[in-house]
Amino acid sequence: MIFIKPKMKKTILAGIISLLSFTSIFAQDGKQIFQANCQSCHAINKNLTGPALQGFTERGPWTDRANVYKWIHNPAAFIPTTPYTKELQAQFGGQIMPSFPQLSEKDIDAIVDYINTAAAAAAAPVATTDTAGGAATEDDGTNAITFGIISIVLAIIALVLMQVNSNLKKLSDDKEGILRPDPVPFYRNKIYISLLALVLFVMGGYFVSKGAINMGRQKSYAPEQPIYYSHKVHAGINQINCLYCHGNAWESKHAAIPSINVCMNCHKAISTYEKGPKLYTEDGKEVNGTAEIEKLYKYAGYTPGQPWDPSKATPIEWVKIHNLPDHVYFNHAQHVNAGKVACQSCHGNIQEMDVVSQQSDLSMGWCINCHRETKVDFYNTADSTGNKFYSIYEKFHNDIKTGKMDSVTVKDIGGLGCMKCHY
Amino acid sequence: MEKKYWQSFAELTDKEGFQSKNKDEFREELPFGEADDKGLLDAKAPRRDFLKYLGFSTAAASLAACKQPVRKAIPYVNRPEEVTPGVAKYYATTFVTDTEVVPVVAKVRDGRPIKIEGNKLCSYTLGGTSPRAQASVLDLYDTYRLTHPARKAGEKFQEIPNYDQLDTQISQDLAGLGGRSVVLLTGTIVSPSTKQIITDFLGRYPGSRHVQYDAVSHAGMLLANEASFGRRVLPTYEFDRADVIVSLGADFLGTWVSPVENARKYSVGRKINEANPRMSKHYQFESFMSMTGANADERYVHRPSEHGAVVLALYAALGGAVAAPAITDAKLKAGIAKAAADLQKSRGRALVVCGSNDPNVQQVVNAINSAIGAVGTTLNFGQPNLTKQGIDKDMADLVAQMNAGTVGAVLIFGANPAYEYHDAQAFVNGLKKVKLSISFNEKMDETTELCNYSIPAHHYLESWGDAEPKAGYLAFLQPTIAPLFKTRPFQTSLLKWAGNNTDYDTYFRTFWQGRLGSAAAVDKALQDGVVEGGSAARNLAAAVGITATDTTAAPAAPVTTGGGAAFNSSGVAGAAAAIGAARKAGKDELVIYQNVAMASGKQSGNPWLQELPDPITKATWGNYALISTDKAKELGIDFTSSDYEYYPDKPVIKLSVNNKEVSLPAMVIPGMHPNTIAVPVGYGRNAAFSKAAENIGQNVYQFARFNGTTVDYHTEITVAGETFGKEKIAQTQIHNSYEGRTEVVRETTLATFVANPTMFSSFRKELTENYAKKTGDYRKEGTLYGDHVQPGPKWGMSIDLNSCIGCHACVVACHTENNVPVVGKSEVLRYHDMHWLRIDRYFVSDNENPNDVKAVVFQPMLCQHCDNAPCENVCPVAATVHSEEGINQMAYNRCIGTRYCANNCPYKVRRFNWADYTGADSFGDNQDQKLVGKLDPVVFEMNDELTRMVLNPDVTVRSRGVMEKCSFCVQRTQEGKLNAKLQNRSLGGDDIQSACAQACPTGAIVFGNANDETSTVAQQRKNNPGRLFYVIEQIHTLPNVNYLAKVRNTEELVQVVRKTEGAEHQNQKETPGVNANREAEGAVAPAAH
Repeated sequence: MIFIKPKMKKTILAGIISLLSFTSIFAQDGKQIFQANCQSCHAINKNLTGPALQGFTERGPWTDRANVYKWIHNPAAFIPTTPYTKELQAQFGGQIMPSFPQLSEKDIDAIVDYINTAAAAAAAPVATTDTAGGAATEDDGTNAITFGIISIVLAIIALVLMQVNSNLKKLSDDKEGILRPDPVPFYRNKIYISLLALVLFVMGGYFVSKGAINMGRQKSYAPEQPIYYSHKVHAGINQINCLYCHGNAWESKHAAIPSINVCMNCHKAISTYEKGPKLYTEDGKEVNGTAEIEKLYKYAGYTPGQPWDPSKATPIEWVKIHNLPDHVYFNHAQHVNAGKVACQSCHGNIQEMDVVSQQSDLSMGWCINCHRETKVDFYNTADSTGNKFYSIYEKFHNDIKTGKMDSVTVKDIGGLGCMKCHY
Repeated sequence: MEKKYWQSFAELTDKEGFQSKNKDEFREELPFGEADDKGLLDAKAPRRDFLKYLGFSTAAASLAACKQPVRKAIPYVNRPEEVTPGVAKYYATTFVTDTEVVPVVAKVRDGRPIKIEGNKLCSYTLGGTSPRAQASVLDLYDTYRLTHPARKAGEKFQEIPNYDQLDTQISQDLAGLGGRSVVLLTGTIVSPSTKQIITDFLGRYPGSRHVQYDAVSHAGMLLANEASFGRRVLPTYEFDRADVIVSLGADFLGTWVSPVENARKYSVGRKINEANPRMSKHYQFESFMSMTGANADERYVHRPSEHGAVVLALYAALGGAVAAPAITDAKLKAGIAKAAADLQKSRGRALVVCGSNDPNVQQVVNAINSAIGAVGTTLNFGQPNLTKQGIDKDMADLVAQMNAGTVGAVLIFGANPAYEYHDAQAFVNGLKKVKLSISFNEKMDETTELCNYSIPAHHYLESWGDAEPKAGYLAFLQPTIAPLFKTRPFQTSLLKWAGNNTDYDTYFRTFWQGRLGSAAAVDKALQDGVVEGGSAARNLAAAVGITATDTTAAPAAPVTTGGGAAFNSSGVAGAAAAIGAARKAGKDELVIYQNVAMASGKQSGNPWLQELPDPITKATWGNYALISTDKAKELGIDFTSSDYEYYPDKPVIKLSVNNKEVSLPAMVIPGMHPNTIAVPVGYGRNAAFSKAAENIGQNVYQFARFNGTTVDYHTEITVAGETFGKEKIAQTQIHNSYEGRTEVVRETTLATFVANPTMFSSFRKELTENYAKKTGDYRKEGTLYGDHVQPGPKWGMSIDLNSCIGCHACVVACHTENNVPVVGKSEVLRYHDMHWLRIDRYFVSDNENPNDVKAVVFQPMLCQHCDNAPCENVCPVAATVHSEEGINQMAYNRCIGTRYCANNCPYKVRRFNWADYTGADSFGDNQDQKLVGKLDPVVFEMNDELTRMVLNPDVTVRSRGVMEKCSFCVQRTQEGKLNAKLQNRSLGGDDIQSACAQACPTGAIVFGNANDETSTVAQQRKNNPGRLFYVIEQIHTLPNVNYLAKVRNTEELVQVVRKTEGAEHQNQKETPGVNANREAEGAVAPAAH
């Protein structure tokens, strides 16, 4: 979303366009520096570990930019020099801000610019677009129903025609005086009954076996969670890397739901949901994002504006969606780290889901198909690329050299073996 | 005189009857209704019931399928930085139980210790473990552990709500003793910090003292060493430096002094380099068949009371200034002379060890060791072993004082005299007269039951701590889990009561920070688990390496260890005279001994150890009286009939002496002294101690005798038989039959092997000649099936029968690693034991003379992972198939339980889940088998929420009705490969170790990638062409497990004779060794007969 930034008062440059572009570039740098150094303790418009920074250049000693430089380079030395800073220290529990001697004066200017721009932007009215329109989803089943109805109609017509045929035959027989036994009504006709039984048996068998195979599978399972957590907002709009929260997937078999302290890394600062698109549950009810963040605070035992004590937190009981049976061994590190498989390959476009639902059926056939096709990061002896682990597969190296095979799939290294997953 | 390999007497005597009985996989009748006159409805399993169950289970299955359970996933609230859910952490700690100290590494998965592995940094075990150490992780989750401090009120214990209240109470009690003494009664304390705490505590209470008491005492050696060398310690025994080892009744590989260290060092001399075959020579003189005796090259039996005489005779034969006693048994006499001659020849490279607890006998042994130059070379006093410090007289004095009423308080830690003491009743009576008695033991054992207070200490996996098993060699303990219960370290209690308000955790750190210099040094020590004294540390690893690779290993020159001690011979004459005077004769004698599973009985509540088959008898769950074949004949036990072996009911005999008596089932074992009866200790526990050990066997500690100085573990006995009925012994050995294929085991003597190095390999050559005429490739040409490529790693195992001592550490390791269920005695009796890895024991003897056991072969037998596996072809649902890495895979979820595979497996290594042993079935009540096969309580105990914490989360818990077997620890191979990929490195041939290979204290089992030429398994196959064999390889199963034939170090020349009917059978015939050279030539020419 693009916000049009208002003119900056402090910059003295000629053209408005050049002014805008200059400040925004400057502020962009400032944003990065701010995020890297300040964000863990400061927010623009509220007190965290440190005070809110909105309009600070108009407060206390900070009207003089030289003081700001001194302060950031060595806060401990600056505190005793002014009553304002002494009071600030007392207000924030005696904690002293760490020093940032590595920040140049230019960097600090950039930060100040960023803070001012961001503060102004926050004050400006936010234009939101209602993207969550109620566009009716296309029903995939429509065609099937149409064909089904046509088949049934055709079947009934066929039946009617057969009855008509037999009646006409009877009439013509009567006319010609041929005596025939009374015809059996169709519902007692053995041929009809056996045909019907056969059809029912086949259909029944089809559905029973299909049901049995699907037993325990839960594709498109999208349960309600204790907190309405939107992957779309986090991974999609805010572009948070999957591994930031699910870092366990990089080194362990479990992807693991992040612990509350991971949530609080950001949510100590982000306590409201305002700017993003409206959120809806599966049944279309609107969700108040800020209220959901408050739910998190309740679990975390956190009161905004006060220091957080993680020991007061209580666990969140999430509902597990992707579930493999106990006799299946699945290792995330193997796929995500060693195999470089994207999360979306199995979990679908998770960055577009407000409510997570299971996209794959996680059946054995589905796993095996992927193992058949996927190429491994095979070690190339010629240019030493690829995973060195595969250097022990001498036969394949020879086959590649002689041109017998061009790539190695998971299947080739035993990816279809039972004891790859079942042990 | 045909040489035979046999497992039970009936195999020798009634071969046909035995085989016909063993034809059926399971011997019992099927539980279908008998055709009696009661009619079908009254039958055990009426048809209607069957239909009812069928209908119910179908309906229940469909109903259960309708509901999709909601599964919760609960993440950490605040994840600790060092924890990654799903990735195991390893913490170095030390197994300290029952005077055994083994530095180990605990594998911790998601906060739970689930497996014990040896600590490879320890220079004397090199990562070896014992079955007790392996099983100890289960003790942590024992449902019978005490959970809180308690005080006795009337008959029952009442919980004390908090430790402050307890400390106040105890302080008052201690103050009100009226001047009577306080005694701290413990097992041997190996912890330096604890010793300091004890000293401080004793200083606070004048007149108090510390008594160390070991269940199985080594006081005789301690006192003898004090007399001979002026030091009341045990030396370190350097078996690796000894070319000749003479053991006089010491079970040094099983339980004696420091078994893991002994086994590691012993194995150095037992490994054979084929280019220059030589090995150490091991003589064993003993009264019954012990595990160590089973490994000996030459073995002689004598009466237990003759022990002193044998020692004297040996000393006299070595030129000692004592009168040689008259040894009547000619064979024994010749044996002593032979051993003496060998010892004489190997001066400085010989070692004599003795299991006697008589200081006089041990003093003569010291004289022998001094005479053969062992002191300072193989007997190392530079690194004394400190794990045994109990002096029997101290304990006897204490019991006397307690009875006299002069002891005011007794604080008991790690000792259980009410069970282990030879005169337990006297101790119990004495304890009643003590005003304040406190037990710190972890469980409600026989002694704790009688104390006023029970203040349970932590399990070792929950504790900080230290141990100094050998002077200068430190081993550290660190907690691997927060204490599960409201327990407190014994040391903290002592500190508090001595007025020091620090707890042990803090004390321990401060203590070691002071000694090691810095906090960083303490952290390093905790991380490594061991700190070993600088120059004194010996490089055993190098010694092990030498035998494996050096082709020109010359006899090592005598090395001085710097551990010499001046031998003082002044007491020897007196000791010899005392031995002569003490000798007495009775008709029958009883020896009580420790077996490898129970040891002294501290861990007898451990179901894994209870279900562990004894190396010699292969019996589980309970003790028995070992008797000789002669004794059996005398008692009228027909042990040679196939019925004796076939049915588990064994005749009960009654042993009695001086109003003490015990009735035990008799087990006939070859190689016993005719008039010796041997019974293992550690059984017969009280109900409060453990469900697993309750009503299992009998306590025989009462038969130990105090002789005024030390406790003797043998006594005269009266044996009565015939009339006491029968009792069942759950043996595992005869459960599977090879259908008379004896070439499963390959064994010979060193002399034969040297004369004919191709005696084993010629068999494979013949197979190639007969079945692969065109290409010479038996693997490809010997089958109709095509060969499959195994392009990447190919897992293989090599098992050296020469190094395997039968200690069973691997069996427990396998149990732990792979969630193998415990089935209980009743199920073992029904042949339903589940061990994936078993150790087959074969006696080697003449056909006519089964009692004259020439050798015992231990053969670890597990799934051979055949590349052409008979089991795979017969599975109707393809539940067992071969992998690209040479593993015979078993997909449990695919298995429908036809058991065709088990039937078709020539090695009999597949195990079927006859019942729901693990509680893993979807239906909860499936465990409760009302009709037949009611499971023992221990099976349910193993399914307790607490006990289940020991399960390995990477391995499926199998449910009822599926087959299972060794998987080559596929979870480890998978993890190892993944780690290599994650670290972007090539996979080393030895990077991945199976649980059994890792547990082995002798390196007998080697695991690795056989496709990698640098791996140990590939090297072993390459370097041992003469001894390499595959079990029943003529049926072209192409196993991935190979064995190296066992070689005994004797001069006996065995001629290799091949029968003419073809390659299927190979038998060895014995010829009297008159002219060794001529015989050897004859042996080289094949098919001479």
